[in-house]
This record gives sequence, structure tokens and C-alpha cells, in this order.
Amino acid sequence: MADTTQVTQTAREEWRPIPEQPPPNLSIGPIGWARRNLFASPTDILLTILGAWVAYSVITAVLDWAVFGAAWSGTADDCRAVSGACWPFIEAKWGQLIYGRYPLEERWRVDWTLGLGLALMIPLLIPALPLKKLNAILLMGAYPVTAFFLLTGGFFGLPVVETPLWGGLLVTLVTSIVGIVASLPLGILLALGRRSNMPVVRMLCVGFIEFWRGVPLITVLFMASVMLPLFLPEGVTLDKLLRCLVGIALFASAYMAEVVRGGLQAIPRGQYEAAAAMGLGYWRMMNLIVLPQALRLVIPGIVNNFIALLKDTTLVLIVGLFDLLGIIQLSFTDPYWSTPNTANTGYFFAAVIFWCMCFSISRYSQFMERRLETEHKK
Amino acid sequence: MMGWWQNPQTRGIFFQVITLLFVVWLGWSIAENTIANLQRLNIASGYGFLGNTAGFSINFSLVEYSEEDSYARSLLVGFLNTVLCAALGIVFATIIGFVVGIARLSNNWLIARLATVYVEIVRNIPLLLQIFFWYIGVLRALPGPRNSLEPLPNVLINTRGLFVPKPLFQDGFSAVLIILALACGASFFLWRWARKRQQATGRQFPVFWSSCGMIVLLPLLAFFVMGQPIIWEYPELKGFNYVGGSALVPELVALVLALSIYTASFIAEIVRAGIQAVSHGQTEASLSLGLRRGQYLRLVIIPQAMRVVIPPLTNQYLNLTKNSSLAAAIAYPELVSVFAGIVLNQTGQAVEVLSIVLAIYLALSITTSLFMNWFNARFALVER
Repeated sequence: MADTTQVTQTAREEWRPIPEQPPPNLSIGPIGWARRNLFASPTDILLTILGAWVAYSVITAVLDWAVFGAAWSGTADDCRAVSGACWPFIEAKWGQLIYGRYPLEERWRVDWTLGLGLALMIPLLIPALPLKKLNAILLMGAYPVTAFFLLTGGFFGLPVVETPLWGGLLVTLVTSIVGIVASLPLGILLALGRRSNMPVVRMLCVGFIEFWRGVPLITVLFMASVMLPLFLPEGVTLDKLLRCLVGIALFASAYMAEVVRGGLQAIPRGQYEAAAAMGLGYWRMMNLIVLPQALRLVIPGIVNNFIALLKDTTLVLIVGLFDLLGIIQLSFTDPYWSTPNTANTGYFFAAVIFWCMCFSISRYSQFMERRLETEHKK
Repeated sequence: MMGWWQNPQTRGIFFQVITLLFVVWLGWSIAENTIANLQRLNIASGYGFLGNTAGFSINFSLVEYSEEDSYARSLLVGFLNTVLCAALGIVFATIIGFVVGIARLSNNWLIARLATVYVEIVRNIPLLLQIFFWYIGVLRALPGPRNSLEPLPNVLINTRGLFVPKPLFQDGFSAVLIILALACGASFFLWRWARKRQQATGRQFPVFWSSCGMIVLLPLLAFFVMGQPIIWEYPELKGFNYVGGSALVPELVALVLALSIYTASFIAEIVRAGIQAVSHGQTEASLSLGLRRGQYLRLVIIPQAMRVVIPPLTNQYLNLTKNSSLAAAIAYPELVSVFAGIVLNQTGQAVEVLSIVLAIYLALSITTSLFMNWFNARFALVER
């Protein structure tokens, strides 16, 4: 017994920790990272090689076509001489792609509308800036009126520009922004109606929402262009752009209603009960308590709806409006620019424009989502 | 004393009556205007036109169709073409979407990045643009019939479409099909028996491999016993185009490519969200129970992930079906381009033609949402 105690005591005295060793070179730094993330197992090695090959071939093919093998300036003959993209085509058609057939001397009006919109939009998107309420009222209330007068003309000495002359990016932006702005109030009403206690109102709203959500947008556009004129009394005519806008707004309002309904459902029942206990009536309860909270929650959903609508507005070309994609399709028929790469250049250009718009908006929506999440947890 | 308007119930009834009156008035005036306009424009009304001779040809049809057939027949052709491209699109979109969705969660940095890039690029470009790209940018650039690409023997790709050998089934083939059906049935009963036995005794039975053996080997055996009752009809170059074999028109190929690649990017996000929704504790718990990797994925993770995945997935399938109407832009003869395009132009009966198209799409989406409701009720988490 005494012997063993003696032994452990000496062992404890002699015990020394081994000095800390640096990790092996192969498990730290870039090499270690690559071993963990790229070459962890034989399957991984195979996948990495395959992935690298795919990435390399796609990137080199796109770069070869769009940059190194492309014609950057000159005429259609220069384009025929190269195997890559034909950028002079875009340069020559630039005005059309942005403004359509909007008269040359009136194009400043489009620029001003766009500039004014951006000037009002950007401060609203940056959470740190003040005066959000005034800003929102200006953007949602005053701006559409100003934009309407600026673009159509006929007032204050501005010559009238008929909507058949509109085209390109202008039509894409007008259809998608008008669609989303018009669908917001309608969608809120529909969402409130769907959650109403009154059975008739609820059934009508459910029927309306499910109808528009059940049919493809293209049939809605066909309806707007061939059925809507039949529905109107004799003598009342709407031009094609306006008819499509009506169709798009109704279509978008059904999707908006579902997004808003999600927000309304996320508000705890206690909020409704507290508002009722304070003696607020239905509309004041909604306006002062429920909607301000619900709409903040659904901002990312509204933005996602906007992205979907922005992409879907390309469908108006099927009923004969010339949005960005429609104008590009139209300009392929120009015999002067009939080169083997004209079509792909046009599509590539449209894809880049749409991608930049949609991707930046979706990034913004993700930023808002994270921000709302943290605010909610506070 | 309270006035009647201060009683919420009476007020509710009053408000509903007003709403109903407004809707009825709206419907009434629309109907009145429409009838007046139709009379003024001399457009016939009623669905009688469905029996009339269509008089146009359709370049791709799953059933026999000629110019002498009726409009009703062309409706059937269009509907079947919609179903065909939607079904093909759903199959490919699901495969690509699941692969990409799982790849986004891969431990391999490069694979995960590539999957992310794919999703972010594809879902931010309009579908119509992608359809045009595949149809005009890629398929028009293929070589003509005389210089067709031949990736596999007797499979030909050229500007006229995709040509594959067509199987012609001979007399004995029905026996092979019967044996295949029997093998499938037997596998099902084997699976039920094995599950029951495992629940009772804990002993497992290799159901998967034995079912595979039955479903593949038995029909194959029957096929050779019956003397290989299939003759292949190969596509042959006659004049300027290939004749014989099965041909897929380039419009269908472009549409299916675009639809499946586009929808797959959304499905990938759904799959990723579904897998991430299963908490990591589930993985740890199943590993500590001693389940192997394949087992814990199949028995623990996937059933829980599917509960999250399937509702939005059906939504995407529905979207894909609705998006197949974009074929009108490249003249693939599906429901919208045949009916809302050609038939509408020929008859001018906008209300009737569009109501048929709308009714078909509505029926499809209502069926899907009924299925969804049933699914949610059946598989919802039962909380105590």
C-alpha cells in the first residue's frame, strides 16, 4: 500500500507536459483548407476535378465568345468576320432598346422619369436615412402622377406620345412597376377580405385569388387583349398597354394578397385582441395596429413578387407589346444586322440586363430579411 | 339607444348585401356589354364551333390528327402536348433540382459554389428569354439533316429535331409486359411482408435487391424466351429530312430544356431548405443509435425533409405546367398556342375559346391544391 503511493508521487513529480507542437503543415493554411474542402475523399477528388473541368470550359467558352472573340466596334461586316459576340449591333440599337420608338427629341422625359424615380427610391431603400413616411408618400402618391404626365404628355405644353411608340426597357419597367404598385392596395384588400368574418366577402376573395393564381399569365394577357374590349361599353376603348396593365395588376394582386395574408397570420392574436379592447373599430385596428406590423414583415415577400413580375413582363411580347426582349426580337429582323451571332448577342445583352436587375433586388431583399429578423428578435 | 348600424352583426349583413349587389351588377353589366359588342361585331357565340372542321395542321401530335378533324380534336392534341412537355419537364426538373440542391450543401467547396452559381444565374433570367436562347440560339445553330450529329448509334440531332429509333412491338411482347406487372405486384407484397416481419421480429430482408432482381431479370428472361419480340425502326435520310423512327420537334426539346433548367433552380432551393430544416440533433441521434449513413438518410433525414419539401415542390410543378404555356412564343403546339392562338384567330370567339383554356388550367391547379391539402392533413406533424 505504502509502496504504490510512493510510486505515484514520484511519477507526479516527474511528469512534464510535452511542449505544444505546431499543427502539421498539411492541415493548416491553404493546403489544409484544400485537403479539407476539396480533396477529403477519393469521391471528393473526382468531383473536384469534374467541377474544375466544367467551370473551366464554361468560363473560357463564355469569355471567348463575349470578350476575346467578339467584335467591339465597326459595322455588320466586322461582325461577320469574327466568331464571337457582335457588340456594334447593341450599340447601333441602343436607343431603341431603352426607349422603343419614343420620339428622339422627347427622350429626355423618359430619362427624367427614371432619374426622379431613382432619386426617390434609393433614399427609401437605405434604412439609416430619415423621413421615410414623407419619402414613401412622395414615391407612392406624387411620383406615379408626375411620371404619367411626363411620359404621356399632353399637359404643360409637352407633346403627346402615344403608348404604341413606347418600347424597350421603358415598357419593361412601366409594366412591372405599375403592376406591383397597383397590386399592393388591391392585394391588401383581398388579403383582409380572405381573413374576414363575413362569409360572402371571404368566398368572393378566395374565388378571386384562386382564379388568378390558377391560370398562366399568358392567358391573362390574351384575356386582356381580346376579351377586355368586349367587356367594355361601346365607345370606351383602352389602348393595348393599358389593357395589359389591367391584366398584370389583377394577376399580381392575387399573388400579393397571398403574401400579405402570410404577414397578417404572423401577427399574434393578442395584438388584435388588445386593439379591440382599446375600442378600435375594424379599419382603425387594421390601419394603426395590424397592417403596419404585417407589411413590415412581408417586405421580402413583396420584393420577391416584384422580381417574379419583372421577369414575367417579358410575356407581353406575345400579345404584341415591345418590351426589352420584344424590341430585341424585333431588331433581329433588320436585314443589315443579319449576322450569325446577332441573335445570341441580343439574348446575352437582355440576359445581363435582367440578371443585374433581379440579382441586385434579390440581394436587397435578403439584406432586409436579415435586418427584420434581428429587429424581431430584439 | 343603439342604432342598428352599431350592431356588428346587422352591419356585417348589410355590408355583405352591398358587396354582393355590386358584384352582381358588375357581372351583369359585363355580360350586357359583351352581348351588345358581339352582336355589333357579328361574332357567333356558343360552343357549337367545337364540332366544326379545324382545317389547320399541327406538326406534332400524340394522337392521330389531320386537317379534316374537328376543333375539339385539336383541343385534345393541344392538351396532350401540354401534358407531355409538363411531364417531361417535371421529371428532368426534379432530377436536376435534387442534384443541385444536394450539391449546394456539399462539403466540397467547389461543387457547392458551382451549384450556387447555377441557381443564382438561372433563376434571375426570365424564362421566356431562356426558351428563346435554347430555341434560336442553340437549336437553330445545329447542323442540317445531312450533317446530323450522332452522339449514340442511330440517335440523330439536327435542326429538324431529335430522332431516335422507334420500337415496333410484335405479338409476344404482351407476355413480357404481363410478367413485368406481376413482378411489380410481387415486389410490393414482398415489401409489405418484409416490413411486417421486421416490426414483429426485428429481422431485415434485402427487399431492394430482391425486388430489383424480380423487376429486371424476369421480364428480360421472358423477352428472350419469346424470341425478342421488338423490331426497331431506324430513322433514315430521305430527301431533305429523316423519315421513320420517333422524332421530337426542336420546339419541344427547347421548351423542355428551358422549363426543366429554370424550374430546377427553384427546386434546388426548396430541397436545400428542406434538408437544412431537419435539425442537426436528428443526425447525431441517429448516428448514436448506430444507423449507417444510408440508413439515417433514408429513415430519418429524408422523411422529415420531404414533409417540408413536398408542398412547395408541388407548387413548382404547377408553375412549370402553367409556364409551359410560354410555348406559344416558339409555336410548339400546346394548349395555348393551338387554342388561344390558331383557333381564336380562326373563329374570333374570344370568350368561348379562352374560357375553355382557363377552365383546363383551373382544373389542373385546383386538383393540385386538393392533393396538397390532403397531403398536408396526412403528413402534418401530429403535436400533442
